[in-house]
Amino acid sequence: MDHTADDIKDLFAALAARMATERDSLCALDGAIGDADHGIAMEQGMAAAAAAVGVLEPATLEEMFNAAAKAFLNAVGGSSGPLYATAFLRAGKVAGQRLAMPDGDAKLLIPAMAEGIVHRGKAEPGQKTMIDAWAPAADMARQGASWRSISIAAETGAQATRGMVATLGRAARLGERSLGHPDPGAVSASMIIQEFARVFDRQTI
Amino acid sequence: MALTQKLINDGDSAVDEMLTGIMAAHGDHLTRPSPRAVVARYGPRPGKVALVIGGGSGHEPTFLGFVGKGLADAAAIGNVFASPPPQPAVDAALAAHGGAGVLFMYGNYAGDVMNFDMACELLDMEGVEARTVVTTDDIASSPDRGKRRGVAGNVFIFKAAGAAADLMLPLDEVERLARHANARTYTMGVALSACSLPQTRRLNFELPAGEMEIGMGIHGEPGVRRGPLLPANDVANEIMDAILAEMQAQSGDRVAVLVNSLGSTPLIELYILYARVADRLAAAGLLVHKALVGPYCTSMEMAGASITVMHLDDSLAALIDHPCELAMFGL
Repeated sequence: MDHTADDIKDLFAALAARMATERDSLCALDGAIGDADHGIAMEQGMAAAAAAVGVLEPATLEEMFNAAAKAFLNAVGGSSGPLYATAFLRAGKVAGQRLAMPDGDAKLLIPAMAEGIVHRGKAEPGQKTMIDAWAPAADMARQGASWRSISIAAETGAQATRGMVATLGRAARLGERSLGHPDPGAVSASMIIQEFARVFDRQTI
Repeated sequence: MALTQKLINDGDSAVDEMLTGIMAAHGDHLTRPSPRAVVARYGPRPGKVALVIGGGSGHEPTFLGFVGKGLADAAAIGNVFASPPPQPAVDAALAAHGGAGVLFMYGNYAGDVMNFDMACELLDMEGVEARTVVTTDDIASSPDRGKRRGVAGNVFIFKAAGAAADLMLPLDEVERLARHANARTYTMGVALSACSLPQTRRLNFELPAGEMEIGMGIHGEPGVRRGPLLPANDVANEIMDAILAEMQAQSGDRVAVLVNSLGSTPLIELYILYARVADRLAAAGLLVHKALVGPYCTSMEMAGASITVMHLDDSLAALIDHPCELAMFGL
């Protein structure tokens, strides 16, 4: 079944609701190895993105992702702002100047976003960043796996950051002291990918 | 856990309400061309390099307190502890630039680097040349200078760069002096208690009673060592040992010194620290050319202090002495 502009609105509404719910838990994770503001940034960014997408009428899928990118960036700045803004711009290119896309294309949003995040943040897998959730999910999506498998890959990747020593981003200054704590950016990334799966595949999870 | 007590109206609008208050108090010194950009009313002028600083809020008077004639021309202001997005940096740069280029200066944090790099790309499209010097003075944050954070040493580093720009030096020379100032500035801090963000009002890390953390960052990033709270002289000694070992100064060299409060540590404690800092500098044969004691680069209500030493040469001493007019420091 094709995914329409209304599904994109549902997606951003779901992302905003999820980040609002998880705000304090993400801040607590960030407090262990960072500066405790990750949940705030994600809540504000997704709220702004959802608001910008919600008022678009009528718009192509690409225009919706572009509006989300701009709103997210200007709401938060920080590290998450440029990374997710770039991710949404790349997603927009895949979604395209059309009013609906098939599910196979929707899955390709995940690798497109992962590539945007790598391009902007220069992270590689294993450095204890959000890319440790995005990269395995992107691999699954490229293989045409189910939304459920994509979501599980992201979750598994995020949990694996517990065993990693941070070498990029603010937690990199901690070295070995970052061991044992999951990366908050990877945890929020897996939540985001779960919401993509939930919205695009109503049978999933 | 009980929420921290703050004099705010709404955590989400705390930064914008602060800016409203700053403009109400200091509108004779500052303009606000866009919601998160502040510009010195009498700083920018034709032919002058525009020094644009910026970063997250919560460190006041860093960054916007250093906007004024003779120091920074403008600042881009982010949310608490978060880099501003590119647009305020672009707005600040376009409002401040006088046709001689823009120098962005900010602390070395991943988010700031990404956002200001995007601002440089946007300015390039407008035909405005923008360059960047990141500050890396926190010696506790990494053995590798290029990976270190920028903290309270910003005060002296921005001051030197701002003076160079105010002297109408060209962009190449302002950039060179800014890098020179950064390379010769050393900071290390100690935290005695956590701070909290206005949106959450929850302490951002746990520090048990009776403990301190040496080397903690100005956003509560964990430091290099946690241990029992020591007397001020012992803390000053540990920090000065690290700074002096890195600085490699010769007897007779001049320094600028800042003993900085991270927020709630009062002047009585800062001056107790300063007394030992002065003893250590004298014992090393170093001459204090400029001393600042007070809250210059804070971390909300965190308790603790940092010590910064800038190793002066003739060029840096002249830049540090250059006059500036700052709304928040006038009396």
